[in-house]
Amino acid sequence: MICQECHQRPATLHFTKIINGIKTEVMICEKCAQEKGEMFMDAGGPGFSINNLLAGLLNMESNIQQTKANAFPKTEERRCPHCHRSYKEFVHIGKFGCAECYKTFNEQLNPILKRVHSGNTAHIGKIPKRIGGTIYLRKQILDLKEVLKVHIDQEEFEKAAEVRDKVRSLEKRYEAQEGGEEL
Amino acid sequence: MSLEKFVENALSSWMSAEGPEIDIVLSSRIRLARNFKDFTFPTSFSNEEAKKIIELVKKRIEEEVTPEIGKLELLEIDQLQPLEKRVLVEKHLISPHLVEDSAKSACLLSENEEISIMINEEDHLRIQCLMSGLQLKETLKIANVLDDWIEESIDYAYDEERGYLTSCPTNVGTGLRASVMMHLPGLVLTQQMNNIIPAINQLGLVVRGIYGEGSQALGNIFQISNQITLGKSERDIVEDLTSVVQQIIAQERSARDALARTSHIQLEDRIFRSYGILSNARIIETKEAATCISDVRLGIDLGYIKNISKSILNELMILTQSGFLQKYAGGPLRPHERDIRRAALIRERLNFTEHSSS
Repeated sequence: MICQECHQRPATLHFTKIINGIKTEVMICEKCAQEKGEMFMDAGGPGFSINNLLAGLLNMESNIQQTKANAFPKTEERRCPHCHRSYKEFVHIGKFGCAECYKTFNEQLNPILKRVHSGNTAHIGKIPKRIGGTIYLRKQILDLKEVLKVHIDQEEFEKAAEVRDKVRSLEKRYEAQEGGEEL
Repeated sequence: MSLEKFVENALSSWMSAEGPEIDIVLSSRIRLARNFKDFTFPTSFSNEEAKKIIELVKKRIEEEVTPEIGKLELLEIDQLQPLEKRVLVEKHLISPHLVEDSAKSACLLSENEEISIMINEEDHLRIQCLMSGLQLKETLKIANVLDDWIEESIDYAYDEERGYLTSCPTNVGTGLRASVMMHLPGLVLTQQMNNIIPAINQLGLVVRGIYGEGSQALGNIFQISNQITLGKSERDIVEDLTSVVQQIIAQERSARDALARTSHIQLEDRIFRSYGILSNARIIETKEAATCISDVRLGIDLGYIKNISKSILNELMILTQSGFLQKYAGGPLRPHERDIRRAALIRERLNFTEHSSS
């Protein structure tokens, strides 16, 4: 099989592209693939690079959005106010320029994160001790409020009262910390 | 330099140490990706920002972390010789990517080389801890100590909903990559690897060759790591990976038993042929060396080869790479010269262990 791009070298790569449901088969040599950027080749050697592959997924995302009657016509041009990276650049490289990008492109983020992290979009792990202090407290309060609800629903009023007191004391601590006071 | 001295200097403590399930699991690694608040990520920051980040870290490490961890040494990558950089990569202490933009990057190393913190790789910090055998929980504990210690004085880029913010969305959340390096000759010989890899993938885990993304599984060594970093806690990630690894260990053991039972003589023949090649060859390429070393290690684990220490696989895996060969030779070598040097070094090393253990 001869490469369908250069018509000279043998085609060593065979892949299938599916864009908006349209399937295209491509037979291509490694050199053309790299030059065209069609294949997500890792410059360091054969095989796929996760990041390049991700760029592919993100590209797919923007293709879908474009066909959705231009639901987000300005997405491509939007730029992060801190690092000035555009969404288009992010999609091309597959990497954000700074923490602010997460806010700037928040709207587009959920479908991307879902795809990469098996449907998950929210963090449930470690909270940094110092800067995360109030976040940690708030999370505890929210969790306890859920427990409180269950106790009330099941008419376990004594247990509910205990939890309510805990919530109140945590709320006080939270207010104190938010106000900048040391505990 | 004498071989003994060279080997002593070349190996990190985790390579020769013993650890749980060491016959199958070579090492456990934890990596935490962290970024500093209000700084652009390394994919687009300026030289000044890069320098500032290195300075911040430098200031922080002037003090001792905790007595167990001790002092960390800062290496500025552009101060290193090309061969030194290569050796650090071959020892898995830094990534090839860190070396690419060496003017902006640095790394911190602990004395026993169990800890390395890459500065300004894809993220501002990549905290890495490496231990021998299957010890993911213990490794995570050390990584957390370091993480908390840095966070005591430097603000991280963290978001309540998304967690630790990273340059690549594949790391956001916990920023945790836990991985285990496994020697699986039994599963490869019994052709079970092709069934196991897709099953592992379905559990949100990835299987790779030893040098990470895109590399081949040289010498039957596979790296298994978590893919998902968001929506799962650090503890769950490590527990899930550990339990999958334990199942793979059990399967590898039963494959080895079955091989020893049903094809004992063929297996013994294969192992001793490989041993013969390693102890007699005058020219040997990386791939052939890796295959033979794997066979010899299996031979040691199964008790066929008795006079060689188990750490030989770890040692030779590192020592036979081109950076190390050139370091030992004291200068650059062409590929063909490397193959000759590799064969000589392996012969020397095997004789050396035979004598020292007899």
